[in-house]
Amino acid sequence: MFGKLTLESIPYHEPIIMVVAAFMAIGGIALFGLITYYRKWGWLWNEWFTSVDHKKLGIMYFIVALVMLLRGFSDAIMMRTQLAMAAGDAAGYLPPEHYDQIFTAHGVIMIFFVAMPMVIGLMNLVVPLQIGARDVAFPFLNNLSFWLFAVSAILVNISLVVGEFAKTGWLAYAPLSGIEFSPGVGVDYWIWALQISGIGTTLTGINFFVTIIKMRTKGMTMFRMPIFTWTSLCANVLIIASFPILTATIALLTLDRYLGMHFFTNDFGGNMMMYVNLIWAWGHPEVYILILPAFGVFSEVIATFARKRLFGYATMVWATISITLLSFVVWLHHFFTMGAGANVNAFFGIMTMIIAIPTGVKVFNWLFTMFRGSLELTSPVLWTLGFIITFTLGGMTGVMLAVPAANFVLHNSLFVIAHFHNVIIGGVVFGMMAGLTYWFPKAFGFTLSEKWGKRSFWCWFIGFYVAFMPLYVLAFFGAVRRMQSYPNTEWQPWMILAWVGAVIIMLGIVCTIIQFWVSIRDRKQNADVTGDPWNGRTLEWSTSSPAPFYNFARLPEVGDIDSFWSQKQRSEEQLEEAPYTDIHMPRNTVAGPVISFFALVIGFALVWHIWWLAAVGAVGVFVSFMARVFNDDIDYYVPAAEVERIEREHQQRVEAQA
Amino acid sequence: MQRRSLWRRRGTLVLLALCLFLAGCSSALLDPKGQIGAEQRTLILTAFGLMLIVVIPVIVMTLLFGWRYRRSNSLAKYTPDWAHSNVIEAVVWIVPCAIIAVLALLTWKTSHSLDPHKPLESDVAPIEIQAVALDWKWLFIYPEQGIASVNEVAFPVDTPVRFRVSSGSVMNAFFIPHLGSQIYAMAGMDNDVHLIADEIGSYPGRSTNYSGAGFSGMTFEAKVTNPADFDAWVETVRAAPQTLTYPEGYEALAEPSESNPVEYFSAISPSLYESILRSFHTGGEHQMGGDHADSHDGENEKTADHAAESGHVTNNHASQDNAMRSHSSSVEVGG
Repeated sequence: MFGKLTLESIPYHEPIIMVVAAFMAIGGIALFGLITYYRKWGWLWNEWFTSVDHKKLGIMYFIVALVMLLRGFSDAIMMRTQLAMAAGDAAGYLPPEHYDQIFTAHGVIMIFFVAMPMVIGLMNLVVPLQIGARDVAFPFLNNLSFWLFAVSAILVNISLVVGEFAKTGWLAYAPLSGIEFSPGVGVDYWIWALQISGIGTTLTGINFFVTIIKMRTKGMTMFRMPIFTWTSLCANVLIIASFPILTATIALLTLDRYLGMHFFTNDFGGNMMMYVNLIWAWGHPEVYILILPAFGVFSEVIATFARKRLFGYATMVWATISITLLSFVVWLHHFFTMGAGANVNAFFGIMTMIIAIPTGVKVFNWLFTMFRGSLELTSPVLWTLGFIITFTLGGMTGVMLAVPAANFVLHNSLFVIAHFHNVIIGGVVFGMMAGLTYWFPKAFGFTLSEKWGKRSFWCWFIGFYVAFMPLYVLAFFGAVRRMQSYPNTEWQPWMILAWVGAVIIMLGIVCTIIQFWVSIRDRKQNADVTGDPWNGRTLEWSTSSPAPFYNFARLPEVGDIDSFWSQKQRSEEQLEEAPYTDIHMPRNTVAGPVISFFALVIGFALVWHIWWLAAVGAVGVFVSFMARVFNDDIDYYVPAAEVERIEREHQQRVEAQA
Repeated sequence: MQRRSLWRRRGTLVLLALCLFLAGCSSALLDPKGQIGAEQRTLILTAFGLMLIVVIPVIVMTLLFGWRYRRSNSLAKYTPDWAHSNVIEAVVWIVPCAIIAVLALLTWKTSHSLDPHKPLESDVAPIEIQAVALDWKWLFIYPEQGIASVNEVAFPVDTPVRFRVSSGSVMNAFFIPHLGSQIYAMAGMDNDVHLIADEIGSYPGRSTNYSGAGFSGMTFEAKVTNPADFDAWVETVRAAPQTLTYPEGYEALAEPSESNPVEYFSAISPSLYESILRSFHTGGEHQMGGDHADSHDGENEKTADHAAESGHVTNNHASQDNAMRSHSSSVEVGG
């Protein structure tokens, strides 16, 4: 009846898990109670969960990502604590059984459920506004993408208290992830969480690709698009091209595990090398999916706060495009030590280094944007400066890893761990923090506290160096990744130092939480009614903050890069007095949450081999999808009079403020 | 306030660089004990130095521009519409291109000279040791001596060693940090790495590729001795009561164990390593004796044996290819 699921599947005997679960339960009940007490369920459902408004979806992506960041960071600090303790004969406090789940969960959560939703959330919030569109090309799919991602995050969290998570490392290399060596449900949770969220990501990729190609406002040619839109476009091309590889690879692994096939097994003709190749053929483009939009954020931030045009716009675009193309021909550098021949290794090594050229050019373009600018040292700028320094160092260690003969001693060591945290924290996290601070007023109508933002930056910046520089050192001693304990007590001081770094980073996260608290408390003082708090350059600053649900009362026209900036210079805003027209908008839909709920049912049922429940889920998905397909009532018009009323109210607020 | 924090940032970097150098004194990778490791250390430091040509200016420029062009500095020039310069664009493309060109040459050269499959040049005849990753221990087979050991490997100093590396379980990687290059250990695959030690001593070795619960304890000791001590070690192993038969003894040994103690086997079944390799080339042999798959396996084995005798290296890829080809032909039957 319940497949492999029994009461023993719940790890009662693990005190750590039970305490965490208790906290999650108390938090959940408290949240549930508060929403019920304030009678907000209807509002949440109608205004948010079923919303197809890209700005609201962007905010929801960010909320889930920040919650998952806390989960992923808890894993990190548990690992660092374990390694600070487990030197010599000491076993630490986490047995391998548990430790191996934690590092797997940390990687999976940070990449798929923190970094990805932050990047996609920011694209949602910003891209349609930057190109002067009223929504994305496929608003329903956008809502569906979010919910598929959200239920996958739920599935990962279920694995904490029902059963186990994978103990394979975040990419679940075969044959370790095969049924022979991982008979538990951990890998199955990994499979279904990634498959469901992967479908959502693919849909997002298609959605934003079409949006950027087809829905730009009048006059916005490709080479007038803001850089963040360009980098998002390239990231979405990468999503479309690479995520199907992930889906197919995991599907093959699923066939191995569920139907006894032999794609990646040791015997009967399986080939684990094929798995490693396929997973990295997706995995390498994936890191560029994360970093390219972050590059875009820095480009916007630095131009805005330096009050200066971005240096070398065309160079920036071509550098982005070449990185996009090159990212598909470098995957083998993740496994030079597999034993391929010298020619193959040298080819992939050199292709990898070539990526450093356009990336280096971008760095110089940011520097020369600052050059002879008027740089306001706000927290987004601090994140950007911290990024340039940190990312450059990370790029350097990346090129060192790209030399195959050097990689033969650095591979699988803590050098790799230090390198990719160097670029992911220094690049993606700093970028997302900069982007969050920069576009927060556009989403909520008030700015974030600068004081706490800067404190958060300094904690992250210093914490990063204290936490990860010791790992570079340890790699030279011969320390490798994924060790639960180590015999050499000489390593322990470095491990303790790394733990201190993690604690400093934790203070950074605490500062961010305080920053939200303080900013929400002081939202009246920090209100931004003009819609343009930073004296911005691109179209998103030309509408009110928060932007009306239709984004623009009149669709803007563009004649330049940084068109809003040049418009302000010419101050021709007042000239624009064309009458308002009816606005065509998509209706909210329950299909997204409902389909995704059934997808969660399928995922959970398949993890536990509860076949009847999987069938129920499949029927649910099919019926709800069909109901959506045959529903013709999916759009409506906002009457011109209504638009006029909203715009007049906004105008009055601006005047009251002035 | 700003000035102080900028200085603090630079101070952190200097401090960290210092730590790295101090750490170098006793580290495995910066204090190598063999030719391969020594060349790799030089390579790492060369690549590091080359990139500092760009990295240091970038860091300096970031701090300098960030400080000089801050809004409160009314003395700095401000050109809001200046966004293009052919000279600067040329420099920022050409300098990275030049550095990467040098690095690419270096990469091409060292990928070939330090190819793990390439035999080392030496007057001393090489020896072959076969390493098999098991859950969670290393089995070392000495085909010439007809002995085997677990979690301890010994070989004479200044003698090229060809490690043939495979796995009896999941993927692992064979690595002795002091000596250089690691290589993946994969079931059914005959991988190899050539190493040499130029200093007598005992060096830690381990699997670097995560392989499950006992991974942390999957370490071994590499004893580099003078030739006489090596012979003595071989005699010690030959005196051990245990022998390793295939498949019974091997299967018992392959049962998962964590932090396995050192074990010696005074005798082994002939072609033990090849038998382990072949045990994964399943699916078809039973139904189709002497078919395409089998003949390939036989060939594979022959070349390998030949290599062991002559000290020549077989084309490892060819043998992997053969293994794979036999796989694909057997899939149809076995699947």
